Amino acid sequence: MTNGSLITDELRKLIGVTLDTIVFKVEEGAIQRYAQAIGDPNPLYNDPDFARKTKYGRLIAPPGFTGWPAKAGRPTEKLFAFLVRAGAPQRILDGGIDFEFIEPIGAGDVLTATTKIAKVAERETRLGKTMFTTAEVNFVNQKGNLVLKSWATIIQF
Amino acid sequence: MAKQVCYEDVEVGSEVTPLAKIATTRMLVQWAGASGDFNPLHYDEDFAKAMGVGAPIVHGALKRAWLGQLMTDWIGEEGKLKKLSCQYRGMDYPRKMKTMEEPRDGETWWCKGKVAKKYEERDEHLVECEIWVENGKGERTTPGSALVALPARKRK
Repeated sequence: MTNGSLITDELRKLIGVTLDTIVFKVEEGAIQRYAQAIGDPNPLYNDPDFARKTKYGRLIAPPGFTGWPAKAGRPTEKLFAFLVRAGAPQRILDGGIDFEFIEPIGAGDVLTATTKIAKVAERETRLGKTMFTTAEVNFVNQKGNLVLKSWATIIQF
Repeated sequence: MAKQVCYEDVEVGSEVTPLAKIATTRMLVQWAGASGDFNPLHYDEDFAKAMGVGAPIVHGALKRAWLGQLMTDWIGEEGKLKKLSCQYRGMDYPRKMKTMEEPRDGETWWCKGKVAKKYEERDEHLVECEIWVENGKGERTTPGSALVALPARKRK
C-alpha cells in the first residue's frame, strides 16, 4: 500500500478472484415491467404472443436486462461489502458499463452470473481521491452458452 | 414500424434516429422497482445531499437502457446490437410530478447518435456509433458507443 492510496493490499488480492456466483430465472413479468420502466413499447419485450411467433420464440429481454433483481453488470450489495471490507471508501457511484451481447436472453432462461474484479485504479477527481473498480460479470444460460459479458465501473470516494 | 435500415443506407456521420425521454420522480420509482436498484440516492433528498450530489439523480442504468432503446429502435428487427457501453459522467435530475401522471414543466432528454465507422468483418456488416444522452442544456451527460450488425441489401 503506497502512502495515502485508497487501494489496500487486501483489495489488490481480490483482483481476478470470483467473488459472487448467482443463479436466477429470467421471468416474463420481470421483462415486461423492465420494458415499461424504460418506456420501450417494443413488442418483443412486451407482447408474449407476438414474441412467440418470431425467431426468438419467447419474450426477449431488452439489452442489458438479465432478470430481476438486476444483479447484471451492476455492482451488487455483496460486491460493495467485499470492497468496503477490503478498505475501499464507502461513498459509491455507478460509473458506467460496457456490454457485449452474444446471444439473446429470454423469458424462462436460467442464468448463472459470475462476478469478479477485473481492475482497480485511482485518481484525483472533483470528488477528491477516487477509486475506480471494474467488475466483470459473465452470464451463462441453461444450455451452458455464454450469452452476455459486462464490465461495470464502480466509483468510490 | 420504421423501414429496416441497411448497411448501404448509412455512412460515417449518418444520424441515428433521435429518441426523446422525460425523466420524472415517478419514473425513477418505477425503474427502481423494475431493476431492483433501491439505492436511496435516487429517491431520498437528504441521502442524496449527504452523498454530495445535491438531490436525487436519475439512475445511470436507466439512461443506459434509454440508449439501448435508441439503438434497437434504429437497427430494427433485422439488426443486431453487439456491444453497448456508456459512462455516467454528468448528473441528471428528474422532473417532479404535477399530478399523479403528469410531470411539471422542465427538461427533456434526447438520446442521440451518429455513425463513427462502418466495416465488414467475417460475414457481418458492422457499424460503430457514437451515442449519448443529452440534457435540456444540450450537455452530453452520458456518452457512449455501440456496435451493431446491419443487414446488407446486396451480397458481393
